[in-house]
Amino acid sequence: MTVFTCILFLFLIVCAVAASLSKSLLNTVLIFMSYSLVMSIIWVILEAPDLAITEAAVGAGVTTVLFVLTLKKIHAIMGAQAAEKEAEGELEYRRRRNS
Amino acid sequence: MSRKLPPEQYEKTISYKLKTWLDGSRDPYVGNLEMKPQSLRQEDEATQKRFREDKKRVRARAYDMEHNRDMVLFKKLYRAFSLLFCVLLVTMLLIGVADLPPFGEADKPVNNEVSQRYIEKGLQETGAVNIVTGMILDYRAFDTLGESHVLFIATCTVLILLRVDQKMGKNGEEEAEANDRAYEPKNDVILQTAARLLVPFIIIFGIYIILCGHLGPGGGFSGGAVIGAGLILYVSAFGFEKTERFFTAKTYRRMSFGALACYCLSKTYSFYTGANHIESVIPLGTPGAILSSGLILLLNICVGVVVAGTMYTFYVMFRKGGY
Repeated sequence: MTVFTCILFLFLIVCAVAASLSKSLLNTVLIFMSYSLVMSIIWVILEAPDLAITEAAVGAGVTTVLFVLTLKKIHAIMGAQAAEKEAEGELEYRRRRNS
Repeated sequence: MSRKLPPEQYEKTISYKLKTWLDGSRDPYVGNLEMKPQSLRQEDEATQKRFREDKKRVRARAYDMEHNRDMVLFKKLYRAFSLLFCVLLVTMLLIGVADLPPFGEADKPVNNEVSQRYIEKGLQETGAVNIVTGMILDYRAFDTLGESHVLFIATCTVLILLRVDQKMGKNGEEEAEANDRAYEPKNDVILQTAARLLVPFIIIFGIYIILCGHLGPGGGFSGGAVIGAGLILYVSAFGFEKTERFFTAKTYRRMSFGALACYCLSKTYSFYTGANHIESVIPLGTPGAILSSGLILLLNICVGVVVAGTMYTFYVMFRKGGY
């Protein structure tokens, strides 16, 4: 096992622990994404390039996008004040549209 | 031969009763079962007030940490047991991992005659240079068919859960547009420039992965996922007006139905010939050429189409709940 692999494995473990301990949901999603990226590099080292491509596309790409979209829908990305402001703005927009 | 009954005679038959019961247009219990009309629940002001006060008092008592010793004990025990559970789980998993044979050892149980046969005869029997693809789409093509269906069912579930009724109000379309605008910024210059540069390459790379699945690393699933990611980047940069020119719900339905049906038919043919591929009339071609290895190229394209459509549909459903 080379030093590079050891560093990658260490990074993987740190990512896994940090993702579960992080308070902010957006941080968790981003850490999870970096976990997937490192995982795909490890797949290449383990001579499974098929899996590496899939992991990079699905784990780091599509899953993260879906997570971020969901966070946006439940107003978890911005602070509470900004969310309130935006909701007000949206209401105003709709009112103007309807009248 | 069926004969036509007059309506009053037809209403007495069992089939009519079954039909109305299935439709839900007739309740079989009405008129047959003695039922008491339900009385309305009545509560006067005083009882309601008492209930509210009782609730408040229970809350205050339960969360009064200084006097509620059960609660304090529960909280302490909860922490202790959660820690214990985590430690136990980690120990169990570590013991399980420690029992596994060392990485890359020659005489571990995975290296049995099955994988040996795949490695030795795979190229000869399937014609695919990439043994993994030969295994997935030839020896175990039936499993892959199930996987494609799992993806399709997942999309159906997402459709059921997240689809928003389009006719919300008088101006439902405008409302949906406003809703979408609140969540996704439009006309972002950086995003659009990056997308314009990257999307063609991403999609061409995905197509390459699908088409060369039997020659090198890759295959239908990974290529489809790459194409789906490219489509998602495109739609988040340019909005739905651009993508709806070529990709709507109808397109997705037709595409996945066509791909799954094509996969089913080609694999049914394979099973009809005995599922051992010995009597297959489709020539395997020269290994290494793009048109080789029998049906694998076709199956890869089918899986890729299903996966790409599924990824894009997931994104659309999560973002605005409908095409």
